Amino acid sequence: MKVLVVGGGKLAYFLVRAFIGKGAHVTIVNRDIDECKILAKKLKATIVHGDGSDPQILEEAGTSDIDTVFAITPNDEDNLVICQLADIQFRVKRRLALVNDPDNEEIFQTLGVQAISTTRILSYLIEEKAGFDSIASIIPVGEGKIIVSQIVLSDTSPVVGKALCDLHLPDNSLIASIMRENTPIVPRGATVLNASDQIIVMTLPENHGLVIKILTGEKI
Amino acid sequence: MLIKKKLFIIIVGCGRLGSYLANKLSCDGHSLVAIDLREQAFDALSIEYSGFRITGDATEIAVLKDAKADKADLLIAATREDNVNLMVSQVAQKIFRIPKVMARVFEPKREGVYRTLGIETFCPTSLVGDFFLESMIMSQITRKEKGEK
Repeated sequence: MKVLVVGGGKLAYFLVRAFIGKGAHVTIVNRDIDECKILAKKLKATIVHGDGSDPQILEEAGTSDIDTVFAITPNDEDNLVICQLADIQFRVKRRLALVNDPDNEEIFQTLGVQAISTTRILSYLIEEKAGFDSIASIIPVGEGKIIVSQIVLSDTSPVVGKALCDLHLPDNSLIASIMRENTPIVPRGATVLNASDQIIVMTLPENHGLVIKILTGEKI
Repeated sequence: MLIKKKLFIIIVGCGRLGSYLANKLSCDGHSLVAIDLREQAFDALSIEYSGFRITGDATEIAVLKDAKADKADLLIAATREDNVNLMVSQVAQKIFRIPKVMARVFEPKREGVYRTLGIETFCPTSLVGDFFLESMIMSQITRKEKGEK
């Protein structure tokens, strides 16, 4: 596989090192000449010095023969243009842009560029690891449009002893299953919740906070 | 060249080009919002300029929302960064559905690609370059007419 990485810093270095380790042929485009020299010494990759959003530099980097382009510069707008040039002018099959502003993830999709927001991924990881004791894990599904959370009910939870049909969960949320003493239960309206139940709940980002509050009593 | 209808116009980048347009269009009675990263950039606006000034990065959608981009009739992207202009104009066109969007792009090689995406781009490099070339050709002709001295 031939990979083109546009960007620099530690992210580019470690990413490219991993790609090379997996047997990929990597070309790096970087606009900083000193960084190019360091990368050339440390990595078995082709290094091209120049602006990766300049079609001529992309041409020199052999972009027409590339399978995947990763645009990972610190500027969202540069990453957008790099991916669009790779698509329209060089017909590269797979293109991926890194975005800093989480809002840009959706915007880039609208503009036809696949994007990942490191900020969003980090905030999910932080929420999952350090956020709320009762939330065991959160998995974003469908680019974060659906959130699947695993919650352990504590003794103090306001829903313990209540039947599901009495919870008044908002629309577009669902308690998908309950793990009780290692036995999965597919819940019905009459199912009564116990302390220590592990609940798998599906929510949307807009009602996630409310559902968590109903189930745990904690504010998110 | 007066535009009769009063328009709501957003100008991104208040440098030499942005401020020139903002001053003229504001004098013609249009509603203006000028956006720039640096507050000092607005010093280039004349005292007659009666529009709004927003200090911020227009590639952040929140800044364009602040500027009421959903209500704008026209957006001109005139920052010094080609890629910023290209991103802002695409967001303006595809997300805020602004009826007319124009972008300045310095690099002639990037211009063509964006024309295919339906973004109206103006490249000062090729515009001025073509004027120079045209003028060169004209002067050659006159020299021939005058003959050698």
